[in-house]
Amino acid sequence: MKMPKEKLISYLINLVGIVVLFLLFVALFQSGVLGSRTNYVKGIFTTACYTIVLVASLNLLVGILGEFSLGHAGFMSVGAYASAIFTNALAGKGLSDLALFVLALIIGGVAAGIAGLLVGIPALRLRGDYLAIVTVAFAEIIRVAFCNFAITGGGRTISGITKLSNFYWCFWVMVICVTIMYMFVRSRFGRTVKAIREDYIAAAASGINVTFYKVLTFTISAFFAGIGGAMYAHYMTAMIPTNFNFNYSAELLTEVIIGGTGSFTGSIIGAAFLSSLPELMRQFSNYRMLAYSIVLVIVMIFRPGGIFGSWEFSLVRVLKKAKNGELFAKKNKGGAENE
Amino acid sequence: MSDTAKEPVLKAQHLSIVFGSLRAVDDFSLEIGESELVGLIGPNGAGKTTVFNMLTGVYQPTEGAYFLCGKKMNGKKAHQVVAAGVARTFQNIRLFKKMTVIENVKVAMNMHMSYSILASIFRTPKYWKEEAEMDAKAMELLKIVHLADKADYVAENLPYGQQRRLEIARALATGMKVLLLDEPAAGMNPTETAELLDIINVIREKFKISVLLIEHDMSLVMKICERIQVIDYGITIACGTPEEIANNPRVIEAYLGKDEEEVLC
Ligand SMILES: Nc1ncnc2c1ncn2[C@@H]1O[C@H](COP(=O)(O)OP(=O)(O)O)[C@@H](O)[C@H]1O
Ligand SMILES: [Mg+2]
Repeated sequence: MKMPKEKLISYLINLVGIVVLFLLFVALFQSGVLGSRTNYVKGIFTTACYTIVLVASLNLLVGILGEFSLGHAGFMSVGAYASAIFTNALAGKGLSDLALFVLALIIGGVAAGIAGLLVGIPALRLRGDYLAIVTVAFAEIIRVAFCNFAITGGGRTISGITKLSNFYWCFWVMVICVTIMYMFVRSRFGRTVKAIREDYIAAAASGINVTFYKVLTFTISAFFAGIGGAMYAHYMTAMIPTNFNFNYSAELLTEVIIGGTGSFTGSIIGAAFLSSLPELMRQFSNYRMLAYSIVLVIVMIFRPGGIFGSWEFSLVRVLKKAKNGELFAKKNKGGAENE
Repeated sequence: MSDTAKEPVLKAQHLSIVFGSLRAVDDFSLEIGESELVGLIGPNGAGKTTVFNMLTGVYQPTEGAYFLCGKKMNGKKAHQVVAAGVARTFQNIRLFKKMTVIENVKVAMNMHMSYSILASIFRTPKYWKEEAEMDAKAMELLKIVHLADKADYVAENLPYGQQRRLEIARALATGMKVLLLDEPAAGMNPTETAELLDIINVIREKFKISVLLIEHDMSLVMKICERIQVIDYGITIACGTPEEIANNPRVIEAYLGKDEEEVLC
């Protein structure tokens, strides 16, 4: 059966929306209106791109599967180190930068995915707080292990990682990752995973292999965390295992919850906003965690489901409204999260 | 194939289960033939739901065995039992509350869907074909339980009686051979109960399935069950046609002695 026509049109509209957004960014950076700040702003946007991938992948666990993970930075670090080791070995061997970048992302994703699978199989027998504790333990074990392996720098900073992550590439990686996650959620897989979140006993009684789908989701989430880690490593070009500490995992979880569990729109806007916030208020960076906590408490009091709840932005919906003349002030382009 | 025809669809042999020091169900045996409707009754706490839990792989029986179409099911996990052909509803409704009515039904069709993750990412023709097929099937099932017009409602917003019917539609979506209904009329008013009775009849006619029914509403049980089995404190105290059960002194004693409001009539 062919794709229904209206769906095809809506996918095309979204694609056009994303391309337009991208061209706006290109124009912004190429025109030189930012002057000497161009690279600085580009850096913030690149940070936003990998943070979006990380937060969206965590949202898959927290929002769709309904399980808390406080060890997402652990999976990110597996991806970051695996990809960095890989590119260090292959740099200058004749591969183009783009090929090297894509390979690094895949290596990072697969390494983290395997870690997710290995942790997920035993850990997903647990639920709620117990699972959260296991994920914390995993991230700590990984961090300590990376501090002791020679290949990961033995506790010292490894530097000189090839700088492969630029904003333009990262933008498209982010778009592709979020689209894949979105398509996964809007399919029989996402439906099944949500059913497990709602009631795992009823899900099993509906013929669903609960453990399988939980491990699958956990693995996919870790896979994208690994891709985020690979982008991070090749943007920072230097890193130390303590970068991926508990605070970082907690920060990611905070961004998911503030944005809205189950909403990729929330993840995107939350991650983009919160990853640029510390840059914008660099002099207050010591108070960042404090600010996060306050925002989190406020959001939890007034909007327990997060700012966006499970609502998704839809460019098609906005266009329809605009056509009917009902568009008010709202005109923020979200990107890939809309169908 | 003549002996498979004689084989009961669902057969339980001497099932017992022990929780700590409590023998919740003791030596429970039962046979349900093709398209038969059997009632399972007993006072509160008698162990009826526990029997369902054993027959659906939620609990593993401490002793005894059970068979579906002659195949031993002991040790199978809940989702494997469903795949083999036993579906159930729950006494205290368990819907996927935040999902829509049609999604609730489609979740139970997942095991009949085969498109891969890649097919879902690339939205291949197979994805669209299967989703459209399952939409159509789900709508058909919703029509049977009179919920077709509520397909896009969020499940938790349905009134109680409709939630019960949605659970039945979801169970049907698994494509089962035996349907276990755990007090489907609980909390329903007489009109809703009558409607439920019609639905059960339609289902039996249409799908030729066997039904095992737990129900407190005695008039309902007496009206539609071909055979009834009564348990009390986990022990089977009577078995037979509705008339036999209604006149069985042990059954009357079990109910009267318990101060139950449901006195057999
Ligand atoms: N998981 C369990 N652990 C301990 N006791 C249980 C468990 N499940 C059921 N029981 C006990 O088994 C008995 C039968 O319960 P149940 O099957 O729910 O009765 P009903 O006939 O009302 O459905 C009750 O005494 C109940 O407390
Ligand atoms: Mg019960």
